[in-house]
Amino acid sequence: MRHIISLLMENESGALSRVSGLFSARAYNIESLNVAPTEDPTMSRMTIVTSGSDDVIEQINKQLNKLVDVVTVMDLTDGDHIERELMLVKVRAVGNDREELKRMADIFRGRVIDVSDNTYTIELTGTELKLDRFLQAIDHALILETVRTGASGIGRGDRILKL
Amino acid sequence: MELTGAEITIRCLQEEGVEYVFGYPGGAVLFIYDELFKQEQVKHVLVRHEQAAVHAADGYARSTDKVGVALVTSGPGVTNAVTGIATAYLDSIPLVVISGQVPTSFIGEDAFQEVDAVGITRPCVKHNFLVKDPKDIASTLKKAFYLAKSGRPGPVLVDIPKDVSNQKAEFSYPATVNIRSYNPQVQGDIGQIKRAVQMLLEAKRPMVYAGGGVILSDAAKQLTELVHLLGAPCTNTLMGLGGFPASDKQFVGMLGMHGTYEANMGMQNCDVLLAVGARFDDRVIGNVSHFNSVPRKIIHIDIDPASISKRVKVDVSIVGDVAHVVSGLLEVLKSSKQKPDATAQKDWWKQIAEWRSANSLSYKNSSELIKPQYVIETLHKITHGDAFVTSDVGQHQMWAAQYYKFDQPRRWINSGGLGTMGFGLPAAMGVQLAHPGATVACVTGEGSIQMNIQELSTCKQYDLPIKVIALNNRYLGMVRQWQEFFHGNRYSHSYMDALPDFVKLAEAYGHVGILVEKPSDVEGALQEAFARKDKLVFLDFRTDSTENVYPMVPGGKGLSEVILAEDL
Ligand SMILES: Cc1cc2nc3c(=O)[nH]c(=O)nc-3n(C[C@H](O)[C@H](O)[C@H](O)COP(=O)(O)OP(=O)(O)OC[C@H]3O[C@@H](n4cnc5c(N)ncnc54)[C@H](O)[C@@H]3O)c2cc1C
Ligand SMILES: Cc1ncc(C[n+]2csc(CCOP(=O)(O)OP(=O)(O)O)c2C)c(N)n1
Ligand SMILES: [Mg+2]
Repeated sequence: MRHIISLLMENESGALSRVSGLFSARAYNIESLNVAPTEDPTMSRMTIVTSGSDDVIEQINKQLNKLVDVVTVMDLTDGDHIERELMLVKVRAVGNDREELKRMADIFRGRVIDVSDNTYTIELTGTELKLDRFLQAIDHALILETVRTGASGIGRGDRILKL
Repeated sequence: MELTGAEITIRCLQEEGVEYVFGYPGGAVLFIYDELFKQEQVKHVLVRHEQAAVHAADGYARSTDKVGVALVTSGPGVTNAVTGIATAYLDSIPLVVISGQVPTSFIGEDAFQEVDAVGITRPCVKHNFLVKDPKDIASTLKKAFYLAKSGRPGPVLVDIPKDVSNQKAEFSYPATVNIRSYNPQVQGDIGQIKRAVQMLLEAKRPMVYAGGGVILSDAAKQLTELVHLLGAPCTNTLMGLGGFPASDKQFVGMLGMHGTYEANMGMQNCDVLLAVGARFDDRVIGNVSHFNSVPRKIIHIDIDPASISKRVKVDVSIVGDVAHVVSGLLEVLKSSKQKPDATAQKDWWKQIAEWRSANSLSYKNSSELIKPQYVIETLHKITHGDAFVTSDVGQHQMWAAQYYKFDQPRRWINSGGLGTMGFGLPAAMGVQLAHPGATVACVTGEGSIQMNIQELSTCKQYDLPIKVIALNNRYLGMVRQWQEFFHGNRYSHSYMDALPDFVKLAEAYGHVGILVEKPSDVEGALQEAFARKDKLVFLDFRTDSTENVYPMVPGGKGLSEVILAEDL
């Protein structure tokens, strides 16, 4: 099953490689991983999307907790949570396609953030599924480039990941 | 006062009460060596290979309850140390390894003798640090010692660039350490402890399976009391030997691949299993689904939550330090009105006696060929079971584990998790330095000893009167045994041709060598060797080259699917 795990870790050089090294050394899956400092500059927050049996997920959580640089771990999948991913898509936009692409971006609540004679760059946020759907909805031949951040997640309501 | 990074490093070691540093110098650690030279409190032992430095620090740590310390230079110094670090990691041994690094401004430039020490060691350390500023050395070393020793112990590497060891900073050694992201749980949950006691009291066929965690926690006394109160049979893993006295009538021997029949059958047939500081290793429980195919309740005590339910699901998990948790169990047990079910246990012990009567460790002694088992039994007799015994890896290791009956913890020193040939002799150096007057025997094979034989030179320099017990079967015996059993007797590259004359070799290093070729000479030779209290004696026992280790649970098989000696 797919799990989305959030963790806080010390903002130390090498901390990221401890986490990614753990996943490769123990043959755990990583679908996506993102990391950036938090409002407390001594800590970074990482979101990992992984998959595995319940036993494997339990071990992943325990092994992450065991890393000395990891402050706290939360499996967001255990409760109510929100997930968002950001995608930038550069598409060939000439002639009739310009109108059509703008319309699709609107339907998906995306925004055109860069325009040239031949291209649009569209910004889109949402769940992984929504971003996939957008890519399916437009003409595949028009896609020039895509970049995605991988999912970020946060618990709903009072579910808070803090030190 | 401002001190250089090198001065600070040595001051920290002094503050930690470090007695010995095992090391080897080189460019990147010259400033640190210079400071070692200027003081006397911390003694340095110059090994002949960095792997040996780490193993010696490791042997020192295993035989005491202290942290072992090694010091190596950058580049090849660190890479040579990696096997030692991984060995300590897999057996959860507390070490601090200090490595030199190229100057900070050179890092990343493929500088002379540069390797990414932190990167190379990351998967085999509990934690590691690169110190970029001399003002961070003291706090980093404080953390390193704390991390190495607390919680589930392990090796910690501290990489210090050359310029950092030469620059000055204010020195003060922190009195306390607080790492907000690291809080190992020591006390067990009282609710879980009560549940465990209830389960144990209701057991009809209880069994205690105790491992290295008992040794690491210095909890042999508490464990022994608990086993006696429960009236249950107790088995030890290879790492747990000595955690429960082998001469106790409730001891059923080591379990696992080369465990006794009664221990393995007990594991498979008990109804409540109490696992204490043991990690259900594949060499221990064999095939997992076979192990799980019988209903039994499992209680698991371990300080590392990740050890629990990793390979085997358990019913009651107690995260905490063995000494604390077992004391808790004892307290609850003693205050309970209920007593263990005596009638049920009588039947259980009858069953165990039956398994015991299979006599799975019996072997046929010979008057022609020296049987390795006989050498170990005689070693036990001559040393009154009171020696520190280090071992290398192979058949000789298993025989030492099976036939030297360890009654005390921290006496059996071997590489279980990584299985590192070459561990025995340098580990014995660390043990002998930690226990100057004690009897230290290194049981080895002619294969393993050659992986760190150069340390005979270190032993000479520091007058370490170790007794090397080489069970020389002219084979990489453990490999040969597997080839005999599972590869159609094709002995591919497991024969040791062109062996050195070990007696002459020992003499060349300034020691005493004794060749023993006849069973009737075994006891006399051992007596002679151990009488020479001030000398390293290398005993070259020419043992039966085709002897195998029994019992054996072949890889992938279940604990009751065992090959006994008479099966063949
Ligand atoms: C050739 C060869 C053959 C082998 N055959 C066998 C065999 O037949 N039988 C056998 O048993 N082994 C055998 N081994 C060894 C095996 O590979 C493992 O190393 C060993 O079984 C592990 O022992 P353990 O479970 O006691 O765990 P250890 O590796 O000693 O781990 C200790 C456990 O205790 C925990 N712990 C540590 N400190 C504490 C504390 N203070 N409080 C609570 N918990 C703590 C740790 O988290 C860990 O889970 C063999 C090895 C070799 C090289
Ligand atoms: C460094 C290392 N290389 C290879 C092995 C694989 N191995 C395990 S036991 C063994 C044979 C050991 O031979 P010897 O030391 O003569 O001991 P014996 O089994 O004959 O008693 C080998 C090669 C190992 N454990 N360690
Ligand atoms: Mg051999």
